[in-house]
Amino acid sequence: MERMSFDLAQVPLREVNTFLHKDAPSRGVLQVVVTNPDGAHNIAVGLDCPVDVEVHGHAGYYAGGMNKTGTVTIFGSAGTGVAENMMSGRVHVKGFASNGAGASMHGGLLVIDGDAGLRCGISLKGGDIVVGGSVGSFSAFMAQAGRMVICGDAGDALGDSLYEAVLYVRGNIKSLGADAQIEPMTEADIATVKELLAAAGMQHDPHDFKRVASARSLYHWNADADQEY
Amino acid sequence: MCGIVGLLVKKPALRPRLGELMVPMLIGMTERGPDSAGLAVFTEPLAQNARKISLYSGMCEEGADFNWLGLGHELKEHLGIDATITSQGNHAILTAVIAPEPVKRWIMERHPKLHILSTGRAIDLYKDIGTPAEVAARYAFSGLAGSHLVGHTRMATESAVTPDRAHPFTAGEDFCLVHNGSLSNPYGVRRMLEPHGIRFETDNDTEAACRFLEWRLREGDDLETALQKGFEALDGFYTFLMGTADKLALIRDPFACKPAVVAETDDYVAIASEFRSLAHLPDIKHATVFEPAPEEMYVWNA
Repeated sequence: MERMSFDLAQVPLREVNTFLHKDAPSRGVLQVVVTNPDGAHNIAVGLDCPVDVEVHGHAGYYAGGMNKTGTVTIFGSAGTGVAENMMSGRVHVKGFASNGAGASMHGGLLVIDGDAGLRCGISLKGGDIVVGGSVGSFSAFMAQAGRMVICGDAGDALGDSLYEAVLYVRGNIKSLGADAQIEPMTEADIATVKELLAAAGMQHDPHDFKRVASARSLYHWNADADQEY
Repeated sequence: MCGIVGLLVKKPALRPRLGELMVPMLIGMTERGPDSAGLAVFTEPLAQNARKISLYSGMCEEGADFNWLGLGHELKEHLGIDATITSQGNHAILTAVIAPEPVKRWIMERHPKLHILSTGRAIDLYKDIGTPAEVAARYAFSGLAGSHLVGHTRMATESAVTPDRAHPFTAGEDFCLVHNGSLSNPYGVRRMLEPHGIRFETDNDTEAACRFLEWRLREGDDLETALQKGFEALDGFYTFLMGTADKLALIRDPFACKPAVVAETDDYVAIASEFRSLAHLPDIKHATVFEPAPEEMYVWNA
């Protein structure tokens, strides 16, 4: 397996991303190591081949965004919008992630070992997010499909205006958003949490999680309501 | 968009290096704020009865050729004040044993286009239009010494690009504030403050927040109480970083719309809008790095 290293203190990020987009697939490079990311934005965005990228340090905004089939591991924290709009593959943040982690993801697995900021999984359209720590307010806002496992606590308005995404929370939920409700865990839910925790490499008892899903009362316009929302 | 930086050194031996450590932080926020930059540095406080006033002549006709020596003579002649004026182009720091308010009133009447940047026993303030690198070079930021500082790079959204609308804003003594974001109720806050005799110098939304918080402090609130009242009174998007003679304080709006990241070591606490501005600090790889939570108060003592 060919392995390449890029030191972002020496090489412009554009060169690294061009390599990942053009050369890595054609040359069969399967592993790329990025050092000194120093908070640069857009590291390893738009991957379109099964390359494995390691980022050693703190990443800036949108790291691993739009990922398709790649694997991105950040040994540090991630700024706003890590793995936003991921299609498939895996993004793993070993530290904490800022706001909007996994926003609008369609597929793949996002693992955050630490806490995630506000709006984690906003407008989730598919795929899975596993957060080892807590998530901030407005997480899973308008999440349409996919699954989120939150091992810590959730902030205000969790799952506001949820569609068909399902959330599993181990800790406290500060407040649920409109139309989100806590539902009983079924055997299938237990199996799902077990599978996702295993995929993320986290060890918790799946029975400790609560299921949050949509009450679906916002799905249809209620003309008889007094319109005081 | 704007950039915020703050730095507090914990060891007195690092105080001479404060400016040198901060300049790359400020320049690192150029993409977030390319049109103006500024900073307030807090030094060892002067004696109880002494004050320093930072002045800016860039909006006068004379600009950088302003006759600072002449200002010193005038102060002696009209007010009988022996002031030391240390000038650098369009910027000067006036130091004297004075009651500051009458002196400031006299300056405003005599030299209405001379802009009073700050007043206090510890604060020196610099701000101007230009890129962060240009402003840092213009005022030799890398040579500044002190215990802590608050810096800002501006991308104007709420008011024009002029030196007086750049950040930091100040009110009262030894207090300054920088802002990333935009307030939705600055005019309401102004209308509430004006009957208390509080005067505004610009139409900038940040000035409303600065004067509100300084008003609360002057009314006797401690910093934490003032900030709590700020959460209630100020609406909109904000990350605020504030400096007092012995403290740095940070708050973010409940939606955390504007970013902030903190790095702390045994030597310093550094705050920036993004990690990019912290990446080159000494021993950063071993720093504790965290993102401040929304609607929480973070206060560090110098």
